[in-house]
Order: sequence, then structure tokens, then C-alpha cells
Amino acid sequence: MYWKYIKPYLPFFILGPVLMLTEVCGEIVLPKLMSGMIDVGIAAKDSTFIIERALEMLGFVGVMIIGGIFGHFFSIKASVNFSAALRKDLFKKVQEFSFKNIDKFSTGSLVTRLTNDITQIQNFTRQLLIGAFRSPGMLVGGMIMALSINKRLALVLAIVIPVLGITIGIILKTAYPRFGAMQKKLDGLNSDIQENITNMRVVKSFVRTPHEIQKFITANGDLRGATLKAMGLVISTMPIMTLAMNITTICVVWFGGNFVVAGGMQVGELTAFTTYIVQILMSLMMLSNIILQFSRASASSKRICEVLTTEVDLTDDNAADKDKIVTCGDVEFRDVCFKYRDDDEENILDHINLKIDHGSVVGIIGITGSGKSSLVQLIPRLYDVTGGEILVDGVNVKDYTLKNLRGGVAMVLQKNVLFSGSVADNLRWGDQNASDEELKSAASAAQADEFLQSFTDGYDTELGQGGVNVSGGQKQRLCIARAILKKPKILILDDSTSAVDTATERRIRESFASELKDTTKIIIAQRISSVESADKIVVLDDGRIVAEGTHAELLKTSEDYRNICYSQMEKEVG
Amino acid sequence: MPPNIRPGGGRRDPVTDTRKPHNTKNTIKRLLTYIGKYKGRLVFAFICVILSTASNLGASYMLKPIVDNLVKTDISAAERIASLASSLALMAAVYLVGVAANYLQQRTMIHISQNSLYAIRSDLFTKMQRLPIRFFDTNSTGEVMSRYTNDVDAIGEILNTTAIQIFSGILTLIGTLAIMLYTNAALTCVTVIMTPLMALVGGTISKKSSKFFRKQQSDLGSVNGYVEETVTGQNVVKVFCHEEKVVSEFSELNEELRKSQVRAQFVGGIMGPCMNAMNQVNYTLTAMAGSLFCLATGMFNLSVGGLTVFVNYSRQFSRPINELSQQATVIMSALAGAERVFEVMDAPNEYDGNEGDIVLDKVVGNVAVENITFGYNPDKVILKDVSFYAHPGQKIALVGSTGAGKTTIMNLITRFYDVDKGRITVDGIPIRDIKKDSLRGNIAMVLQDTHLFSGTVMENIRYGRLDATDEEVIAAAKTASAHSFIKHLPQGYNTVLNGDGANLSQGQRQLLNIARAALSKAQILILDEATSSVDTRTEQQINKGMDALMENRTTFVIAHRLSTIRNSDAIMVLEHGEIIERGTHSELLALKGRYYELYMGIKELD
Repeated sequence: MYWKYIKPYLPFFILGPVLMLTEVCGEIVLPKLMSGMIDVGIAAKDSTFIIERALEMLGFVGVMIIGGIFGHFFSIKASVNFSAALRKDLFKKVQEFSFKNIDKFSTGSLVTRLTNDITQIQNFTRQLLIGAFRSPGMLVGGMIMALSINKRLALVLAIVIPVLGITIGIILKTAYPRFGAMQKKLDGLNSDIQENITNMRVVKSFVRTPHEIQKFITANGDLRGATLKAMGLVISTMPIMTLAMNITTICVVWFGGNFVVAGGMQVGELTAFTTYIVQILMSLMMLSNIILQFSRASASSKRICEVLTTEVDLTDDNAADKDKIVTCGDVEFRDVCFKYRDDDEENILDHINLKIDHGSVVGIIGITGSGKSSLVQLIPRLYDVTGGEILVDGVNVKDYTLKNLRGGVAMVLQKNVLFSGSVADNLRWGDQNASDEELKSAASAAQADEFLQSFTDGYDTELGQGGVNVSGGQKQRLCIARAILKKPKILILDDSTSAVDTATERRIRESFASELKDTTKIIIAQRISSVESADKIVVLDDGRIVAEGTHAELLKTSEDYRNICYSQMEKEVG
Repeated sequence: MPPNIRPGGGRRDPVTDTRKPHNTKNTIKRLLTYIGKYKGRLVFAFICVILSTASNLGASYMLKPIVDNLVKTDISAAERIASLASSLALMAAVYLVGVAANYLQQRTMIHISQNSLYAIRSDLFTKMQRLPIRFFDTNSTGEVMSRYTNDVDAIGEILNTTAIQIFSGILTLIGTLAIMLYTNAALTCVTVIMTPLMALVGGTISKKSSKFFRKQQSDLGSVNGYVEETVTGQNVVKVFCHEEKVVSEFSELNEELRKSQVRAQFVGGIMGPCMNAMNQVNYTLTAMAGSLFCLATGMFNLSVGGLTVFVNYSRQFSRPINELSQQATVIMSALAGAERVFEVMDAPNEYDGNEGDIVLDKVVGNVAVENITFGYNPDKVILKDVSFYAHPGQKIALVGSTGAGKTTIMNLITRFYDVDKGRITVDGIPIRDIKKDSLRGNIAMVLQDTHLFSGTVMENIRYGRLDATDEEVIAAAKTASAHSFIKHLPQGYNTVLNGDGANLSQGQRQLLNIARAALSKAQILILDEATSSVDTRTEQQINKGMDALMENRTTFVIAHRLSTIRNSDAIMVLEHGEIIERGTHSELLALKGRYYELYMGIKELD
């Protein structure tokens, strides 16, 4: 799975841990040299030997520091590069996602995966590389040295280590699900807080502060309970390790002491042996720490893999005509059925048949939840139909590449988004190479130029994230201007003038007629006045087309349409 | 919101700006008050630390006589074994005390730290609920969230481990030094000379690395911010085929992060090998000097056993210094985090000290706005001398272009903001004198932005009145014309909505919000563009349902769609913060003024 990201940095991945080995070697050899210095040097009363030995040891220290620094350097390079590549690919993958894929994950969870989870993996990789050989190396090295000093004494370790290993294993195994539970509680608490922040006006206006605080305190208490449960177990690892270490030391000193008395062992050897025991157990501790980290990182890894392995359900792979671009703007729905999830019982759209000629204006009208937005989202293939087919310029939308299809279709969404950056930056989403004049003319067509001129910085006004510093109506007009700049063959407006007043809306419509003459315009609206002048009006109800025609025709033929008109005219009369 | 309330644009990065503590002493003091509640336990934990540190030091000190005894030639082998056995038994006892103390200390500290974190989080949340709306209008969600996540986490880190580590580290340091001095003062010199050197190296590295770490955090913030923005705006990215451009922009930020991460982590990472190496140098030099001293027997009175023990001490000595120097960055960021948390806790409450104490008993619904003037910023007046009144059961409509101040008036009636001049009264009582909760409890609001909570549809509607029965909830949903679509949801009223209410259309979300307000028994109703995404036929149905509700209620309506306000008892036309026309629909039409122009589509609204 991750090989692809490891491969380019393989030298770093190998060099890092290997160089870290020098530290391990040093730490293992030094006590041995030291014990020799004491045992031999003092016994022989040879001060030059002692000094030589000391220099030898310092030499080792020199090698250790160089190895350690470069070991760190390569390990860090490896982990950082690896995670940067992974992050980039993950982001790319998310960009390829269809709406359906994104709906499945929810945006919040995708953001966490791209940020926190990657950081988790990166930290783990770094620790692993630095400690990969270090702990096992120290463990093995320490054991070898211990064995070389006294095999019988080393038997103590042969008993202690497996017992310790099993105990720690059991603890970690029990702790893992508890950490999972803790993480879940934390997620719950955080989403609770987030909801409260964004919904603060509602909380305050309904005076639900005590209710929310109560809810929070319960969740907070749950989190504390779960944390204590998980941590309560993990904290016992340290005392258990220490205990094992202590028992081992006592055993070793006892047996070793007996050997010394019996004359089978040097005192220096015994002290060196105890030092190795400490080392072995320290490395065991580090090892168990790595395992603990691993169990956390593997949870993150699972979440990342879920994204990477998700099959993108909208791809160009089956596009029959990869060079085809939208040239006219004819749209045809042939017996189209659609639902968001395969297991939904009812279709959102049910056997839709509709022909839209290029250059014409089509209005779509219908009650809340009748499927208006769903219908138009199918044209630029934001979702795939579940039945039937949609033709643009007589070609099935699935035969275009997504880029070519969407390049010809501009859509202003109901819930539209502006990005941080200047107004001009945002408008240039429509056309990256647009000149200032083009920006101005598109903004004028969308009736946005006037208010932009009134801003101190004009087109260079910085928009906060999500366009927080323009009003709702202004935002909608900027989004329309952005779409116009794209010079699309098909322009779709999904209720995107709801915050714009009637007069401005009418002027936007007029500029469409004069400046986007050849563009097919599909307009979803609530107000009859918005679609009155359209070449064709489609009335949707419960996913079906119930009427179709011009305003005058529908007034005559459609009961539904008359009802809608009536609902808007009625009060005018009364 | 007025356009100028949020300063500037650009990505905000909540993490980086205040990573450095400013008023350390005060912050520590306040943190201590949280753990100070557990005085008894704290004392117990510290006793445990002293015990375990002492037993660690003691046990290793005991090794010396044991080893020395082994090579004594003046007593028999059996005696030596016997003395070995008895000393080891004593050592085992000391060890046991140490381990037990260590476990108890950890247990106690976990309890203290988790309880303190719990208290900090609860205090922060309770405080947050009392903050004025202005706070939320000027701070982004991410910024506020990071106080709970990053900052509280950082505090948790030091409460869990660092505090004890510092204490036990210092104890070990002093204890070791004392034993070393006691064993051999001359040999201690080597270590004493090495220590400041180590501290110097450690200090230099952590100082340098903290600068790089700040850069890393800020780059990480940019990457996270970019991810958040593009993933949330993914639909626009798709519609405009901007995937490639977004990926390339992301790659740039990612590359920047990669560079700063390598730098920061490397500088931070060499701390380990450097300290380790210095430690080994110390160890070597001590061993050498010790051995040479040994040769000059009698001179320093050093036995072989004494030397081995001493050498091990010198190894132990540097460990706490090593650990403490590595903790430096953790401590720094925790203190910075605590400061940010306390900063929120110290922010002024919603009307600190000027909340009235009148509790409204039975509200009739007379609302009078008297000569109010208001601006979000003192230098920009939004409302100028606005006055109007509403009698019980009346429907008052506000019309005007965006930025004219309609929503602002609603913000003032609910006292989300306070008027600068003039006053607003409910049933003749100035709202300044009314208890905040009592005032808001009598007002129900539906906002243009739809706000749903994660939970079932039923729970979301019931938010309007917690003690409502299921039947009442369903009746409210019917009033809001939401019943028919709810019935079609997979689990009906028990369908769980997640935060963003996916799979509900914008209009359906508004209907749920209306149902919530319909359930409330509040006497005053505010509808701020409540039906902008709802089709006119459904809106008409809602209006019919609401008519019954509104009969005895005072209703304020803001709507772009003039058709929805035609039957209002009074219509106020606002322009640049002033009421320029007022009257009923027909009166205003007859006036042939601005309203007439708007209605006829002659003049635009913005």
C-alpha cells in the first residue's frame, strides 16, 4: 500500500536506521570497555592502559555522535518526505472523488484524514525509523554481551523476558480497544463543541444554554471516564517493567555474587552484567512504546487507506470520445431515473424525458424537495444517473471526459462558496487568463460591478474564508459573474438569485439575453417572475415532470402551474 | 452581518500566532488553582515521588557494599554469601517500596490531571456559552475549536507527565549529586564540570529548534486551512474543473511544509544524540579519572566497588537533565495553550454587570423600538435614530437592501448586541432591565442560515421546546409543512441527521427550522429570510399554518420576496440605517415612493 511512497526515499529509509546502529553499538561496547579498564587497568596498575582505553572510548563516542546525527537526519528526511508524498496523493485522490464519494465520507472526516491522521503516521514513521534497530539492536546486543560474560547468569533473562513480554502484550491488547473508545468519545465531544459554536445564535435565542452545558458535561465526564480507563491500564506497564528489572537485578547479583565468591567470575564482569540488564529492559520498554504507538498509527492508517482505496465512481476511463467538447449546448434527458443511494427505496427523479435546445432559456419550477437541484446536477455529471441517459450535443455525457464536459457547462450552485483571496482571484476561477476588462464586463453582466466599485479596494478586496465579508446577495452575484467568465455553452443557475431583488434579477436576465445569446440557460427559481419569459418552463413534482411549455401555454394547460402562479399572485389581488 | 465586522481576509491560523507565553507567572498560578483542588492527593503523589526516587537511589547505593563484600578476603565464603543474601533481601524490600510508590504516584496523577482537564473543559464550555455573539462573529470556528483541541491537549500533556517529571528529575539530580559527593567529592568534579556544558548545549538546541517549530506549526496551519477550505468547497472546485490548479497550489504549500518539517525536526532531533554523546563522554571521563585515582591508592580512598557504583551514578546523573531539556518545548507550548484558554475565560461575558433582573411573567407582545442608534464598530453607524412599535398579534415587515440594517434590528431586539443610543421595550419594560434568558425565552427565531444539530429529526424540532410531546412535535412539523417530507425519510421522525444535514435539500432544512420555531410558545416571532429557499406554494401553506400561530404573537418578518409580506400590518422600508417609508402595503403603494418602485420592479433593492 505505502510502498509507492517509500520507494523514492528508500535510501533514506535504510540509511537512517542503519546509522542509528552506531549509537547502539557504542552503548553496548562502552560498558564492556569500561569494565576492562577497571578490571585490567587497575589490577595491573597500568595508567597508560587506562588512558588508552579512555581515548578508545571517546573515539567510540565520536562515531556515535556522527552516526546519531546522520541517523536522525535520514530518518527525518525519510518520514517527512514519505508523509508529504502521501499527503499530496491523498489530496489528489480527494480531488478525483465524485460527489457521491464525498457524501459517503462527509467533508469533516476527509479534512481530519488529510491532516491529523497523516501527522500521526508521520510521527510514528519517524519514531520507528529512529528506534527500529535501536531497541531491538540494544536488546540483541545487550543479550549477546550478557551471554558472552556469563551464560548461566544470562539464563535469568531467558525467563524474565518472555514473562514480561507476555504481560505487556496482554496489557496493550486490552488497552487498544479502550483507546479506541476514548478517541470516539473525544470525537463526539469535539463535534458537540463545533456544533455549538456554529449554532450559537440558535442556542442563545432558544435559551438552551443550561441544556447544552448539561449535555456537554455528560459528554465531558464520559471522556474523562474513558481516558481513565485506558490510561489506568497503560500506567501499570512502567511499574511492571521496573519490577521485572529489579527482580532480575537481584537474581543476577545473587547468582553472580555466588559465582564471584566461588571464584568463577570477576567483580567488573558482574557490574557490567547489571548494566546490560538495565539496557535490555530499557529497550524492551521502548519497544512496547513503539507497539503502543503502532496501534494508534494503524488506526490512522486504516482511515487513510479507506480513502486511497475508494473506487472513484466517476472517471474518464469509459469515455468513448475523449476529444469531444461541448460546442452547441443541446441537452436531452432520456428516461432518466436517479437516486442518491443505491439502497434508497424511492427514486428522486423518475423517468424524466426532456429536450432543451441550444441557446434557449429553460425555467425549472417545483415545490421544495421535488428534485430540481438533483435534475440539473446530472448535466455536468456531478452524479451519474441510475437509469436512462443524458445527452449533451447528442452525445451521452458519459462519453465526454469530465474536463471537457464540465468545461462547457457552468453551474451556480444553491450553496455556493467563495474562497479566501481577492475578488479578482475568485472571479478568475472562471477563466484563469481573463483580463481585467473581461472581469469587469462579467461582473457588470452579473450586476456586481457597481457594488465592487464602492469597495475601497475594488476588485482587490480580500474575501475571508467562505466569503464572509460580503452579503448574501452580493455573494450570489459574484458567483454568477464567476460562471459567466467561463463563457459556457450551458449555464445552470440553481436558485442562485434568491437573495437578489426582483429588479436586479431582471437586469441579470437581460444581460444574459444580450451577452450569452448562444448559451443554453437553465434556471431553477422559486419566483414565477424569474422564469416567466423563458422559452420553456418545466414543472417538477415529486421527481416527475408534470407540465412543460411556455408561461402562456402552462397557464392554460397546467393546473399545477396555475396553482404556483396563484400562490404568488393571490395576494396581489387581495 | 455588516461587511466590515471581520477584519481582513486570508487564511487564519489559530495555532501559530501565540505559541509563546506572555505572562508565564500568572498562567502557572491559574493552572495550579485547578490542580490545587486536589491538595491531599497532590501531597500523596509527591510523597510517592520522593519515596520512589529515594528507593531508586538507595537501591543503587546499596550495590556498592554488596559488591565490595564479595571480594573481601578476611571473611569466609559462607559468611559472604550470607551477607549477600541479607543485603539482597533488604534491596528487594527497597525496590518493592519504589515500584509501589511509582504506581500509586502515576495513578494519583492521572486522576488529578484528568479531573483538572475535565474542569478546564467544562469551565471553558460554560464560559463560551456566556460569551456575546460578537465573539463568535469575530472569531472563526476553527479558531475557537483549537482552544479545545490543541490548547487543552497541550495542557493535558504537562499535567499528565511533565509536572511529576520535573519534580522527580530535580529530586534525582540532587540525590545523585549528594551521594556522589558523599562517595567521592573529587570524582564528582568531572560531572560538575560537564553539567553546565550539557545544559548549554541543550538550551541552545531547544532555543533554535523552537523557532523552527513555530515555522513548522504555521506551515502546518496553512496546509490544514487549505485542505479545510477546498474540501468544504469541493462542489465549486468540481464544477469549475479546478482540480488540477488546486492540487498544484496544495503541492506548493505541502512542499513548504515538508521543508520546514525537515528543518525543525532535525534541529529538534539532534538533541537526543548530542545529549547522549555528552553523557557518554562524562561516563568515560569519570571512569578514566576514577581508575587513575584507584591506582593512586589511599589518595582518594576509592575502592573498585565504589568506582563501579560511582560510574553508574554519573550515567544516571545526566538522565534527568536530558529529560528536562527535551520537555522544554512541551512546557512552552502548554503554557502558551493555557494562556489562550484563560484568555477566553477572561473575555467579558455577555453584558457583564448590566443584565437586568426582571423576569417577564406573561408577555403580551408590545414591542417598541425607540430612537435607536447602533454600529458594530463605533466608527460606522448602521442604524440611525430608528423607531417603530408592534402591538400584540401584529406582523411587522422590514424591507430594504442588504446592509440596510434589517438583521441588525433583530440582533438588537434579542440583545445579541446592545444599542448605542435609544431603547427597546417589551410590554413597556426596557429590555436592558429584563433578565437575558427571560427575554430570549419569549422570542422565537428562524434565521436564513439553517442550523441543525446532529440527532434525530424529532430532537431537532423539539429543540424549540424541550418538554413538547411527540404529538406536539408532529403538529409543529405539520404547521411548517415539513410533515410530508419527514414521513418519506427512511426512519421518519427518527431519521438521524448528521451535522451538515446531508440529503436534505436547502428548503427542507429551512422547513425544519420553521417547525422548531413553531413549537416554541414564545410570544414574539422573528423570521429573517426564513423561507428564501422554499418554493412559493409551500411557503403559502406555511403561512396558512402560521397564521393561526401568529394570531396572538407579535411577528417580525424580513423578506426579499415582497409577496410574502404583503399582508403585514406595517411595512418599514429601511435605507442606509433609516426608515424612509412606513405603512401598510396599500398605503405604501399609494404613496408611490420607494416601496412602490421596489414592488413594481422599477428600482433595485441593493
